[in-house]
Amino acid sequence: MTPVLGEIWVYLSATPLLGLTLTLLAYQAALWLYLRANHHPLLNPVMLAVIMLVLVLSVTDTPYETYFDGAQFVHFLLGPATVALAIPLHAQWGRLRSMLVPLLATLAAGSLTAALSAVGIAALLGASRESMMSLAPKSVTTPIAMGVAERLGGLPSLTAVLVICTGILGAICARYVYRALRIDDHVVRGFAIGIASHGIGTARAFQVSEQAGAFAALGMGLNGLLTAASLPWVLPWLERLMG
Amino acid sequence: MIGALTLLLVFQLVGEVLVRALDLPIPGPVVGMGLLFVTLIVRRGPGEQLRGTANGVLQHLSLLFVPAGTGVMLHFQRLADEWLPLTVALVFSTLLSITVAALLLQRLMHRTRGRGESR
Repeated sequence: MTPVLGEIWVYLSATPLLGLTLTLLAYQAALWLYLRANHHPLLNPVMLAVIMLVLVLSVTDTPYETYFDGAQFVHFLLGPATVALAIPLHAQWGRLRSMLVPLLATLAAGSLTAALSAVGIAALLGASRESMMSLAPKSVTTPIAMGVAERLGGLPSLTAVLVICTGILGAICARYVYRALRIDDHVVRGFAIGIASHGIGTARAFQVSEQAGAFAALGMGLNGLLTAASLPWVLPWLERLMG
Repeated sequence: MIGALTLLLVFQLVGEVLVRALDLPIPGPVVGMGLLFVTLIVRRGPGEQLRGTANGVLQHLSLLFVPAGTGVMLHFQRLADEWLPLTVALVFSTLLSITVAALLLQRLMHRTRGRGESR
């Protein structure tokens, strides 16, 4: 019996089928838990699915690379999904056009706060330079952040993890922050979470309302553009300033 | 659905090509999103099919981050070594940037909307 199981395992672990199926199963299970718990923010489905997958891969001694051979088919869809964000964005175009100046000012302030506060705190607490540079673009969507980190001398794969942690944190905390600040407007809620925690924040905002989701997508997209354009010259300048 | 998916991929492809050709520091899909957005404004909105497919994809946006998130496995050692600065930086900077952006936008919108009105 065991040798047969072993052979099946050897076969399965060599095909993309297993990584792909595991990803979908873990997500379905995480989503089920999340829905059962009435969308409790602490049970963020991305976080739950990642924890389950890490456990399964560790227990079965499967390297991440083997898993990713299959999971890359899901990962690939991030591209077309990003393009698809144009549709909710367009639905809000009328509203958006009337408040362009407040949105752009907020974008600049939020974007710089996100990057500089992270690097500043990490520097004060003695993080390595590589970690700080991987941390700087943590608030923008994974593909942009990885590119920026590489330019700054960080580790792109570490950045991907920090980006996702940031997104999960934002998705978990935003509700409490807004409640404490008494902010109800879905435009404000969406735009702020999009700037601070990119696609995972945006995914969360879409669960609140289409309007919140659209403005989160806008915040995420604009913050991606701004961060990619600004960090590669802001950070070296700061480093020189601080000696 | 296939037509809509094809359209999304074509826009992504055009975005990628532009990024490579012009050496832009932005990912292709974001350029694709911008191009599709402009196209939708010119054509006055998406068709039923594109709207349906986009909503379907975006409803499960969370799923798409799972494979990259699982990459946390590769960095357990560094995370163990530097967990304190990384955790504090992530938590505080995320809370701070949500707060700054939300308060500022609320204030600015209030001013734009409330111009000439008494509170």
